[in-house]
Amino acid sequence: MSEILKTRQALTGNEAFAYAMKQINPDVVAAYPITPATEIVQIFSKYVADGEVDTEFVAVESEHSAMSACIGASAAGARVMTGTSSQGLALMHEMLYIASALRLPIVLAEVNRALSAPINIHCDHSDTMGSRDSGWIQIYCENANEGYHSLIQAVKIAETVNLPVMVTLDGFIISHGMEVVETLDTDAVRQYLGKRKPMYNVLDYENPIMVGPLDLPDYYFEHKRQQIEAMRKAKAVIEEVVTDYNKRFGFDFPVFAEAYRMEDAEYAILVMSSAAGTMKEAVDIMREKGKKVGLVRLKVFRPFPFEVLQELFKNVKAIGVMDRADSVNTMGGPVFNEVRSALYDLNSRPRIMNFVFGLGGRDFPLSDALYIINRVKELKEGKSLDFVEYVGVRE
Amino acid sequence: MADNFSISLKELAKRNKGLASGHRACAGCPFPAIIRMTLSASDYPVVVANATGCMEVTTSIFPFGAWPVPWIHSAFENAAATISGVEAAYKALVRRGEIPSDKKVKFIAFGGDGGTYDIGLQALSGAVERGHNFLYILYDNEGYMNTGIQRSSSTPYGASTTTSPAGKVLPGKLQHKKPIVDIMAAHGMPYVAQASVSHWNDYVKKVRKALSIEGPTFIAVYSPCVPGWGYPENKSIEVAKIAVETGFWPLYEVENGYYKINYRPRNPLPIEEFLKSQVRFAHLLNHPEAIEEIKKFIEQRWKFLEFMEKRREIEGIKEDV
Repeated sequence: MSEILKTRQALTGNEAFAYAMKQINPDVVAAYPITPATEIVQIFSKYVADGEVDTEFVAVESEHSAMSACIGASAAGARVMTGTSSQGLALMHEMLYIASALRLPIVLAEVNRALSAPINIHCDHSDTMGSRDSGWIQIYCENANEGYHSLIQAVKIAETVNLPVMVTLDGFIISHGMEVVETLDTDAVRQYLGKRKPMYNVLDYENPIMVGPLDLPDYYFEHKRQQIEAMRKAKAVIEEVVTDYNKRFGFDFPVFAEAYRMEDAEYAILVMSSAAGTMKEAVDIMREKGKKVGLVRLKVFRPFPFEVLQELFKNVKAIGVMDRADSVNTMGGPVFNEVRSALYDLNSRPRIMNFVFGLGGRDFPLSDALYIINRVKELKEGKSLDFVEYVGVRE
Repeated sequence: MADNFSISLKELAKRNKGLASGHRACAGCPFPAIIRMTLSASDYPVVVANATGCMEVTTSIFPFGAWPVPWIHSAFENAAATISGVEAAYKALVRRGEIPSDKKVKFIAFGGDGGTYDIGLQALSGAVERGHNFLYILYDNEGYMNTGIQRSSSTPYGASTTTSPAGKVLPGKLQHKKPIVDIMAAHGMPYVAQASVSHWNDYVKKVRKALSIEGPTFIAVYSPCVPGWGYPENKSIEVAKIAVETGFWPLYEVENGYYKINYRPRNPLPIEEFLKSQVRFAHLLNHPEAIEEIKKFIEQRWKFLEFMEKRREIEGIKEDV
């Protein structure tokens, strides 16, 4: 496809999400505002007020009801979206499992923020990591541009595999930071997505179905197994959708993970979301000094791309995994635990340690990024280090 | 109530749009009858959302389903929010021409008292405030029966439940029922009513009236519980009737804020008749002060209803406008 389909716009992360939603023009949006995702709902409701979308906008009284209404609307065959953050996602928690198990392709624009207590409105990943086992596909974006395009792709992914998808951007750092976003023409977006074609819906009263019945021990396990299988199949769907999108619109978005200067890397850092920018800068500095360090930015956390990471890390001697959340299991953060598990089967297993950083919006300066690279270098050189380090905290 | 909402028992039976036999509700449970009456009363196709509870678990055990209409259950506290979404989808799809606009569908949410008075009150209040076009039917059996007969905020004063047991010190539940119908009426909804499974004609008329209205409507229907209340399984309708005849469960409706009592027991039965008809109150017969408390509650409720009913008179508004 030609370049004329694209426009360069200065947008914040929230604006990019809201603009994508406007172009998608979903049938139903049910949402409740929460910092730092408030603007998504706010901007979208202005689109509704100005008639720029003809979405049925349900301004619910809580995030629990937002996800409940999304479930009802999606089961009725509508294309459905919502947006939230932090406590809002936590309040949806019960309904997240129901949305995924009912195989409803709901798309959620998520802005990462710390969970209470202490109450904090700034970025970390404890909110979405708390939902990691809820059966939702989780896509973590580095910047607003990727967030915009991933949200459009998410609709396609969700409706192909019949699973809900959350696309995340880092709170304030990206949600409120302005950058250049390369947007598509609205027509191109609508043509690309077409209409949702559900297999069944609860508005078809001539062919009544029951959605969400009771499963006793004789069926629950089979239904869960099918859901798990859908998540496995989602890997191929994500790959297909992102590859096709790149080809169709002339982009180069990574599918599961972005490899940065990994070709001859002897040791590497794995990080998600916006911190990858700072980390790339640090890698460049170290590379100039002749250090053979690389970076992997993990983009899809659910389904977890085990095979991709095994391939990327098969030749490195040491890895530092960065977590912007802790699982409070005393053995490191959630990303670390999964990466470590993924690498267990490698013939030559790299040494690996965890860096928990940036909780509650704590700044992540270049000096910390360089510190982490140096620590992983020491690890590569055989130094014995603590399993987990907390970077940027006073202790 | 205007008679155009009446329907004969014969006609109702002929429609028979009810629950399939073979559902697994307890013997004598009245809610299958409530479902049958509701679905048969509707002149329109309906889509149902069900809160988690007895009604849901006994009618939807996979791979069997007892409902002849589209049905969705998602969680305990959110039948109103779930049906909000279904109704919003309907509106969007009609607007976009995906569903022909002449295909009228009515939306009904069913919830028990736990899912309505307690954990579901927020979602219900929100959905009503937003003005979704749906009928919420509360089947009130005055407790969390599905989980083993615990108290809810609908459980009456003095009732013994597994979380408000009558013991050596406490006489069962220490609080009165929450006035859910008045709480809903205070939302300014177009139609709210209280009915009983024992008075089928009154209930069916109320359902038909509610379904004729655009916007949120609410009916609380009394639905005694055989194991929860402790009475023989052939007595459900009789026990519900005694509740009405003793004045414990008045039949009334509130239309755009105007109250109307639909039935006044000619010779009200003493409340003891109701209390002694079931095990959950058995211990009260030795607690005259508790019985006095219940009598006072009933008296105050009736005073309130009669006071509220005077509004029409004060404003000079004729009935059934």
